[in-house]
Amino acid sequence: MKECEISARGINVWYGPKQALFDVSLDIYKNTVTSLIGPSGCGKTTFLRCINRMNDLIPFCRVEGKLMIKDTDVYGKEADVLSIRKKVGMVFQTPNPFPKSIYENVAYGPFIHGVRDKKKLDEIVRHSLQEAALWDEVKDELNKSALMLSGGQKQRLCIARALAVEPEIIVMDEPCASLDPIATAKIEDLITRLKEKYTVVIVTHNIQQAARVSDYTAYFYLGKMVEYGKTAEMFENPKEKSTELYLTGRFG
Amino acid sequence: MLDRRTTQAVVFSSFLLCVALVVAILFFVLFDIISKGIAMVSWEFLTQPPRNNMREGGILTPMVGTILLSIGAMIAALPVGVLTAIYLSEYAREGRALSLVNSAISNLAGLPSIVFGLFGLAVFVNLFGFGPSLLAGSLTLGLMSLPVIIKTSQEAFASIPFSFREASLALGATKWQTIRHHLLPYAMPGILTGLILGVSRAAGETAPILFTVAAYFLATMPSSVFDQSMALPYHLYILSTQSFNLRATQNVQYGTALVLLSVVLALNSAAIIIRAYFRRKYRW
Repeated sequence: MKECEISARGINVWYGPKQALFDVSLDIYKNTVTSLIGPSGCGKTTFLRCINRMNDLIPFCRVEGKLMIKDTDVYGKEADVLSIRKKVGMVFQTPNPFPKSIYENVAYGPFIHGVRDKKKLDEIVRHSLQEAALWDEVKDELNKSALMLSGGQKQRLCIARALAVEPEIIVMDEPCASLDPIATAKIEDLITRLKEKYTVVIVTHNIQQAARVSDYTAYFYLGKMVEYGKTAEMFENPKEKSTELYLTGRFG
Repeated sequence: MLDRRTTQAVVFSSFLLCVALVVAILFFVLFDIISKGIAMVSWEFLTQPPRNNMREGGILTPMVGTILLSIGAMIAALPVGVLTAIYLSEYAREGRALSLVNSAISNLAGLPSIVFGLFGLAVFVNLFGFGPSLLAGSLTLGLMSLPVIIKTSQEAFASIPFSFREASLALGATKWQTIRHHLLPYAMPGILTGLILGVSRAAGETAPILFTVAAYFLATMPSSVFDQSMALPYHLYILSTQSFNLRATQNVQYGTALVLLSVVLALNSAAIIIRAYFRRKYRW
């Protein structure tokens, strides 16, 4: 049995009066890729945003239940949101690099967490870009605007930016939704390599993508987690009827 | 009943007529001021204080006064305006209180300028005891330009995609770090445009400075913020209503109007240049 990195127990989420998640309990294992799948509006993104408390940004959003990252109680009274978000890097659906240089994008995270030494920042930028498989493409133009990059490069830059604060977990919200197949393949390749060092949780609408990159899959439907297990087993032999219908493309 | 093509032609012509009318009036005013004022504007006119009951000499003192008042108004209004806009767009929760504050600011923009003048007299001149001074005048003009500054800054913040806020916060940045490192720089073109437009509008007003700073005649420059000063709009008002011989000052009036126009135009051009510079720097 693998070591448990994230442990969710009885998570309920409301947006105002509307309940979006019902009693979700889930263990996510260290150094694995876990994909969250399900039709639109099923609550998978809501669950993902619970992990680094990004739901705090949404007015009238309320979270109940217990979510532990190792020994840290994410919704506990003494929880430090800033250090939780440092621990959980996030990659968004649409690549959103800052309208600054490539260097500044990657260096921003360590900078706000107190790294001021230029040499150290240089080293973090290089290392993060290498980890995100972007270094070779941009090493001569670090001072150029990040907005000059292609869509796929922008998304890898966003991954490098997230890696630069030395997170333990990377959560990705449909990271390939706006990318072409070649850029998607590069990101998927990157994801499978990232799990050597990090725990990756990815929301995806693409069932094949979940099959390709993830070790574990959780299937969400109507705000409930219907089924969770090893990706290979679940895809071959889904236990629930709803999972089977979704995986075979009968709805979703 | 008119043929619908004829109706279209009539409606379209009336639109065109209105545009032509507006442009014609603008050009007439500009032409009148420039053609009659240009002869007056010389190096001497710009570098000499008024002499001989304003009939001779130049407009150095009122011009410097207006420039100082504009700078003072910017210094006074920028921090208050920007911090208000940050609070309203980034911290305040949507609701009745927020819409009340927003409509209060909009109403402030519609307040007659003489009301700002009287407020400045009551509060800055008398209550705070600054007396009629550059300080009281700058604060009054700053106050008057606040609504424009706040509104344009709010719009500048609102136009920044939410995804930049998310990206910064997700890295573990505080809300203030996000504002300081991202939102403020990205909103800067809008903020500066609002600042300069607001102040240039206020700088051309006579009523707010009437009781708070403007002097009928001063041969010397103000030496501290507690001194009175002359100012172009008030100087123009004096020239055209109060002088002993209106005919004799007519040329000076036109020259003064041209200089006032140029100062305001220069401020607006500065706004455009600054905006263009920042637009090129931060684009998304």
